[in-house]
Amino acid sequence: MALFSKQNKEVFTNPLNLDHPILGQVLGICSALAVTAQLKPAIVMGLAVTVITAFSNTIISIIRNTIPNRIRIVVQLVVVAALVTIVSQILKAFAYDVSVQLSVYVGLIITNCILMGRLEAFAMQNKPWPSFLDGVGNGLGYAMILVIVGAVRELLGRGSLLGFQIIPDACYDFGYVNNGMMTMPAMALILVGCVIWVHRAYFYKEK
Amino acid sequence: MAKLNTNSNAYIIIYSAVLVVIVAFLLAFVYQALKPMQDANVALDVKKQILYSLNIRNLDGAEAEAKYADVVKEEKDINGVKLYSCQVDDQQIVVVTLKGMGLWGGISGYLAIDTDDKVYGAYFNHESETAGLGAEIKDSQEWQEKFIGKKIFDADGNIALSVVKKVEDPETQVDCVTGATLTSNGVDAMIKDCLKKLKEE
Repeated sequence: MALFSKQNKEVFTNPLNLDHPILGQVLGICSALAVTAQLKPAIVMGLAVTVITAFSNTIISIIRNTIPNRIRIVVQLVVVAALVTIVSQILKAFAYDVSVQLSVYVGLIITNCILMGRLEAFAMQNKPWPSFLDGVGNGLGYAMILVIVGAVRELLGRGSLLGFQIIPDACYDFGYVNNGMMTMPAMALILVGCVIWVHRAYFYKEK
Repeated sequence: MAKLNTNSNAYIIIYSAVLVVIVAFLLAFVYQALKPMQDANVALDVKKQILYSLNIRNLDGAEAEAKYADVVKEEKDINGVKLYSCQVDDQQIVVVTLKGMGLWGGISGYLAIDTDDKVYGAYFNHESETAGLGAEIKDSQEWQEKFIGKKIFDADGNIALSVVKKVEDPETQVDCVTGATLTSNGVDAMIKDCLKKLKEE
């Protein structure tokens, strides 16, 4: 099988549009709301989830035939938990301030529905390479939404992007005020709702 | 491989045991390998927090390190409370380390006190307070700046600095964070508790 056959391409692109984990299946919302107050933690969280879905999918797919059926969820959890712990340790060593901002949410990737969903639904039945692509696709799909929501919230809530001030001081002098609501998790829910609405209206086609 | 009965009890037990051992070794290795870097980050973070309490904010890693070495002269430990003697703009400041309990988890902080027993600056940190409410003790610089200039002792020499719902004496009392009464009470108790330990000496 070619590395980028039509099938594999679909495996990779489906979660970015039709089977999008957040937009299509509405999974993983909780952490999407929590870490999107600013762009930087949103990007790091998106990358972390992408790395973890990709590698846990690959590992589970490699050992899928040896996993005893009765404890398969436990085995999946052990693999995911190990990967999450490693990622969290790496963040603490190389991006300490971001890891403080993400706080418990890195640990909570373990219980992210997207991960468990992909492991059960895809990696247990498929070969490693398609599983890897599926993991990357789903992770990037998730990251995409985090980045969109994070960018909107930071721009309107703090007037900056990635910590750099975007809205000029002159605007503040004319009475422009940052929207404090945007820094609250509730606005993330509304924004995710808007993104889902736009996606359903313009990009989503029934299969 | 195909002939192996993956549903037998023996297989399941051995499988899970082997898996756990592999994972345990892997995690132990990663932890040991990254520990020096993590410790350095934690140490730098403490230094930054101490500088925050001295109203020196917005420094990056190397700058903070240099500034800290410049400002902090001596570390002491009295009754389990860590003290840092500092010199800022020719003023002698003592930074007191605070530790206490918030609503959901531990809270900590640094209180900078000048020679007139007035608060020079304050910084608070928390483990798991509610974002937007209790977490404001860390996130809201405005709130931390309310402490500046407050007196620690009342006329009789008792500890009077406190965080209250209704400020009656603006010289020593700080308005608590709206919607975070319990966390604010934690900050109040933490300040009193740690200052008391110091006073006993």
